[in-house]
Amino acid sequence: MIANGYLRSDGRKGIRNVLIVTYLVECAHHVARRIVELSADSQVHLVGFPGCYPNDYALRMMKALTTHPNVGGVLLLSLGCEGFNREDLAKHVAGSGRGIDTVVIQQSGGTRSAIEHGLAAVKRIKSQMDDAAVRTPFYFSDLVVGTICGGSDGTSGITANPAVGRAFDRLVAAGATCIFEETGEMIGCEGPMGERATTPEIAVAIRASIAKAESYYRAMGFGSFAPGNAEGGLSSQEEKSAGAYVKSGHMPIVGVIKPAEIPPSPGLYLLDIVPDGVPKFGFPNISDNAEIVELMACGAHVTLFTTGRGSVVGSAIAPVIKVTGNPDTYRRMSEDMDVDAGRVLEGLADLDQVADEIVELVKIVATGAETKSEELGHREFILTYKTFEPSGPSCFPR
Amino acid sequence: MSSAVILLHPDDNVVVCRRTVIAGERISIEGSMDVIASTSVEIGHKLARFALPQFSKVIKYGAPIGSMTRAAEPGDWIHLHNMKSDYMSAHTRAVIGDEP
Repeated sequence: MIANGYLRSDGRKGIRNVLIVTYLVECAHHVARRIVELSADSQVHLVGFPGCYPNDYALRMMKALTTHPNVGGVLLLSLGCEGFNREDLAKHVAGSGRGIDTVVIQQSGGTRSAIEHGLAAVKRIKSQMDDAAVRTPFYFSDLVVGTICGGSDGTSGITANPAVGRAFDRLVAAGATCIFEETGEMIGCEGPMGERATTPEIAVAIRASIAKAESYYRAMGFGSFAPGNAEGGLSSQEEKSAGAYVKSGHMPIVGVIKPAEIPPSPGLYLLDIVPDGVPKFGFPNISDNAEIVELMACGAHVTLFTTGRGSVVGSAIAPVIKVTGNPDTYRRMSEDMDVDAGRVLEGLADLDQVADEIVELVKIVATGAETKSEELGHREFILTYKTFEPSGPSCFPR
Repeated sequence: MSSAVILLHPDDNVVVCRRTVIAGERISIEGSMDVIASTSVEIGHKLARFALPQFSKVIKYGAPIGSMTRAAEPGDWIHLHNMKSDYMSAHTRAVIGDEP
């Protein structure tokens, strides 16, 4: 047992018990934000979808996020006339046994009364959540950990990323589920990655996901490569890819999943984040938090975020542990960084020591201890339009 | 751990700076001849381990990470000014919009 979790009706367990105030169109964002601010409770988080047009992916994502094991209650904020199917979402949440309420601003009589109704609902759902909370032992086999990198530089691929890869090896060996993604940053790595697949079908799915990423990014005109990557010493997409890929560690890859698909059994999974079909809604993930949101929709309780340049973000719903590979960045931004993997460059630690430190920190965070970004109040969230076909059965472990 | 650079793979023709190196600094590299840094180069950036002719592959992690667009001498900084991706163009703030 590593922590005392929150048992949910589907058998999954949370490491937090958060109420999420969820706006279903940008028009309801302000009211939702005011409700969260006035609640003045670190366990009430703001999430939402800005678009007015309906989107199957967004609905699937919201269903997955509102029933994330860290979530104990949900307040939906609707303007009233948007395309999002709030009834379907509310029914899904209610079916999971969670506290749920919906405030429709047009029916509430406007901004002030919607905020009042929302605050009353938050109070009601919160006390219900506290009364109904079932605490239960939380094991590595209950744990889902995701990883992303952001603000990568020339140090990421030789310190923070391989340290996370070794932490993944330890977590998978202990029985956890680990998910890596950023298929757009694995371009050029499809050969060795396919060889790690546990079945020939999964190897095919891995290679197909990378081929899709390459053609998709080519159509967008830019790879997944930001100016800061170049300033930090990375010169090409494939150089960045080689450094990003090592976050996945060395374990066999047991499945390829898509956003909002929950891994059916423990092991290491690749999350295919690039939309299916012809490019339709723009860049696959417009910034790092879009990737964190997709990892959470696959059940991730915590995200290991490696950074060289120095990202400061956290996330609503699930804690983010930031690992910097650059010792200068750690010194400059230590208030934001949970782990200093730059010590590897300075000869003060080796990759195994940093990996052990990361695993220890995951265990401590699972007990409820706050990460740096949680302490600082970072609760970023972004969800945009995408199109996905469901994964076939051959993408999952047999 | 005394070297200013890391050789990530024996086949590599570039090394990665472990700290900022200063122009003119003599850099010792595990398993090959010293080079002199021709310019100051920041942490995480790459230096040529050998002379790299134009069009030759840049090798890091034992794998190609792009091709030289112009020749470089041992100890030269290797980056966007003298190499490019073999897959897709990298962009910086200065060149956004200039790419085809």
